[in-house]
Amino acid sequence: MFGRDKHTAEQDDTHRDDTTRDTTGHDDANREEPATVVKGDPIAKPDVPPWERQGEQLLEVRDLFVEFHTSEGLAKAINGVNLTLAEGETLAILGESGSGKSVTAQAVMGILDMPPAKIPSGEIFYRGKDLLTMPEDERRKLRGPEISMVFQDALSSLNPVFPVGWQIAEMFRKHRDMNRSDSYDQAIRLMERVNIPGAKERVKAYPHQFSGGMRQRIMIAMAIALDPKVLIADEPTTALDVTVQAQIMALLKELQEEHDMGLILITHDLGVVADVADRISVMYAGRIVERAYVDDIYAAPAHPYTKGLLESIPRLDQKGQDLSAIGGLPPSLTRIPPGCAFNPRCVMAQDVCREESPPLRDIRPRRQSACHFAEELLDD
Amino acid sequence: MGKYIVRRLLQMIPVVLGSTFLIYAMVFAMPGDPTAGKCGERACPPAYVKEFREKYNLDDPLPVQYGKYMGNVLQGDLGENQYGIPVAEDLRDRFGVTGKLASMALVFQSVVGILAGILAGLRKGGFIDNLVIVSTLFVISIPIFVSGFVLQYFFGLELGWFPVLVGADATFYRLLLPAMVLGSLSLAYIARLMRTNIAENLGSDYVRTAKAKGLSNRRIIGIHTLRNSLIPVITFLGYDFGALLGGSIVTEGIFNILGVGGYVFTSIGNRDGIAVVGAVTVLVLVYLIVNLIVDLLYGVLDPRISHD
Amino acid sequence: MTERNQTPHDANPDERLEHDDAPLHDNKPGEGGELPTESHEKQTPTSSSAAIAADDTGTARSLTADAWRSLRKNPLFWISSVLIVGLLAIAIFPGLFTDQNPDYGDLGRARIDPNSTHWFGTDRQGYDVYTRTIYGARASILVGVLGATGTLLLGSFLGLVAGYLGGWVDTLISRIGDIFFAIPLLMAGIILLSATRSMDTLLGVPLQGYFGTIFQLVLVLVLFGWPAIMRLMRSSVIQVKPNDYVQAARALGASPLRIIRRHVMPNALAPAIVVTTINLGVYISVEATLSFLGIGLVPPAISWGVMINDSLVFLRSGTTLHALFFPALFLSICVLAFIMLGDAVRDAFDPKSRDR
Repeated sequence: MFGRDKHTAEQDDTHRDDTTRDTTGHDDANREEPATVVKGDPIAKPDVPPWERQGEQLLEVRDLFVEFHTSEGLAKAINGVNLTLAEGETLAILGESGSGKSVTAQAVMGILDMPPAKIPSGEIFYRGKDLLTMPEDERRKLRGPEISMVFQDALSSLNPVFPVGWQIAEMFRKHRDMNRSDSYDQAIRLMERVNIPGAKERVKAYPHQFSGGMRQRIMIAMAIALDPKVLIADEPTTALDVTVQAQIMALLKELQEEHDMGLILITHDLGVVADVADRISVMYAGRIVERAYVDDIYAAPAHPYTKGLLESIPRLDQKGQDLSAIGGLPPSLTRIPPGCAFNPRCVMAQDVCREESPPLRDIRPRRQSACHFAEELLDD
Repeated sequence: MGKYIVRRLLQMIPVVLGSTFLIYAMVFAMPGDPTAGKCGERACPPAYVKEFREKYNLDDPLPVQYGKYMGNVLQGDLGENQYGIPVAEDLRDRFGVTGKLASMALVFQSVVGILAGILAGLRKGGFIDNLVIVSTLFVISIPIFVSGFVLQYFFGLELGWFPVLVGADATFYRLLLPAMVLGSLSLAYIARLMRTNIAENLGSDYVRTAKAKGLSNRRIIGIHTLRNSLIPVITFLGYDFGALLGGSIVTEGIFNILGVGGYVFTSIGNRDGIAVVGAVTVLVLVYLIVNLIVDLLYGVLDPRISHD
Repeated sequence: MTERNQTPHDANPDERLEHDDAPLHDNKPGEGGELPTESHEKQTPTSSSAAIAADDTGTARSLTADAWRSLRKNPLFWISSVLIVGLLAIAIFPGLFTDQNPDYGDLGRARIDPNSTHWFGTDRQGYDVYTRTIYGARASILVGVLGATGTLLLGSFLGLVAGYLGGWVDTLISRIGDIFFAIPLLMAGIILLSATRSMDTLLGVPLQGYFGTIFQLVLVLVLFGWPAIMRLMRSSVIQVKPNDYVQAARALGASPLRIIRRHVMPNALAPAIVVTTINLGVYISVEATLSFLGIGLVPPAISWGVMINDSLVFLRSGTTLHALFFPALFLSICVLAFIMLGDAVRDAFDPKSRDR
């Protein structure tokens, strides 16, 4: 029911003219009218992108900072991240290892180890309630029934010494006070739902007795057990074979539509998100450096980093050509370079990039980029 | 699981045969006179030598000697001590006492060690953690016979809280101090092992999952972390049971406990080789059996081992 | 070639190592090299082994350098090192620390409490406890050092042979190791020593006298201590043997010794050192225990264990506590020093425990 084209046809040019330098909006002209982005919300304005709206989101992260106190100094993992997620929407967070995407997810889940982690400022609203100021016990009870998470490596993320059915059933026993046999019935139902063959027989088997793809299905079954409204999937397919990757992504998409969940998909792989995500936020060194609808970003990236990521995807039509990768390494979070954090690796870097940190700003309708030269990049 | 048990049992056979053969070889097949020292300080009279060689079949080929010896051991014949009393008979009454002492030590070291390890591991680098690290280092460094005597001196002689010697009446209360002495070394190791495991598992992916499932802290630690952290401790307990039995020789000697260890202790003093070897062989066999049980238990606790 | 191998994160294994040391294991076994299970299969063999090969020498060197750096910052390392150097000096040159004769006993000065002439007092036979404690260091440390060295040499040799040759040699050595490992050290000591204590020679080696009894003790420790080191070395060899660069070196005719020195040792050295250092402490403690039981060193040999055994007889009457206290103190400090050193070295080589 939610196609990927939720983009708005009209644009609010007056609203934007002061912030954008050369918005023309011509590439938006042929967009069709989208389904309403926020379902059942009377004040939803279809022409305002989800991250612009306040107080009506399923999940909203405002100006979040996370730091880690380490022996090598203060590591600034997240430096002012803003996110929104609507019901039924898929948001992809893209970035390399160390970009802060998983830390963001864990901060939202409330499963960061504090210490060493610390959240000096920021707000995380779930249906209007700030999770960060909520008593821990109340917040804990949201994990599972309301917000849930699928992790990357299902083998290590499932407890090796308990049967998989037991681990799924635990959700029902602890959150719903269900008895043992009923909760096991539920576990079997869920295992069947995620297409595990012979669920009834395998409910008592242990994680190491399943294949990688099956284990990830079990992870997913556990995460959706209590019909959460928000599902965060942290690199759910990275450790899997390519064919299995596609199956798992399809399963996630299917479940999302079935339950109308908001899905946050964390990945470093642009290829994975292309078919699934509605919007993409690209992270670098703890900041969001570009934010856009998925088609826009594929058509024309507005940040040199995104461009680099796109160019590193192998493409069938460019068979035989060298893949260009971004040179260099992500910065150490204890020593983030001054100015734009990406400047040491950026092919477009100028003096201003080394001095001034570019803010995330609107460069086109429904597009934001944190690059001094975003417009130049788009015009290329 | 059944397959696993059978496999472990089969693997155990060569080890049991090998180690008993080793013990046998050390005692009877050493170059030189096997009866040397078997009769106290004096040389043995020729009649005794002849009888000895006959009893232990020393004129047969080595494997035959060993086979006959093992046959005897399995029938409960461990030879006779200096006074002509069968060693097995001496040991029979003493097993209970040593079993009681060892179980008390085992409970003490496991309970206190695991608790200390959990408290230390939960807050690595905290006060309790440092306290556990430093105090266990001292316990590990002070040999058990020194700590045994020191505790006996202060709590027994000076303060009078515990009886100095245990003697014939080995009650729970009388065995309390010796059991704590005996368990102290393993306690230190268990605490350190548990601390490392807890700290490591708390950072593991599946504990992160448990948090994401919205489980209470008590459940995350008490069920998800604890079960995984206990598995290596169980293995250690089995491996360490040998040290516990060895320690019982020292502890029972110090506190004059009339158990198997005390028997070994006095027999060494009396230079009664047959008695020493007979009793120690039994201890080694007990150790091997306990090890096997722990191995099987390990299979139950860790499905990765037994469920293929 | 998968896309993953192209990400910059994978480009430089050495830098990746540094990067991984950073506290943020944000994506854990994610994009880096340490992908679990299936993803390993996805990497082509050439690329992964090339990465390992490039890693090998660099990693070994930087790991040692890292370890040394963190070792230097650890106060426990310095405390234990100073203690060990001091104890070694005492063991090698006892004459530097006392000018009295440890074998001089004078019943006329028996059971004197510590004072300015007899720092640690005298025992029931009028021996000066301080002098004997100083001279006792030699036997205890000698047994520990020889035992731990012998264990290291025998265990390493058998482990390398088992791992390198494999096949039935490996099976044989491993099973024999299991058997020796199955008998607890103290019990093995009691059995073997009660058999040898009445023998004059074993295979032509004199068993009695000072060095004879030390030989007996070292024999027990080595005979029943080697399996641990053997297992460690064996698994190190088996770990590196299938690597392409080792196979290549073998094909190019590199001698086993060279392969072991270049490829096995860098991996196996750290754990072997840790086990050996801790063994030293344990062995000194075992020697004292056996001597205490009366089947290790016996008078007139002087060792801490012998002294403790000597003083215990009269302890219950509570008179010469100092005759027990000082040798026990030295013994404990000595064991403590070696175990502390072993702990410190292990922590230094174990990156997991480094960040504390």
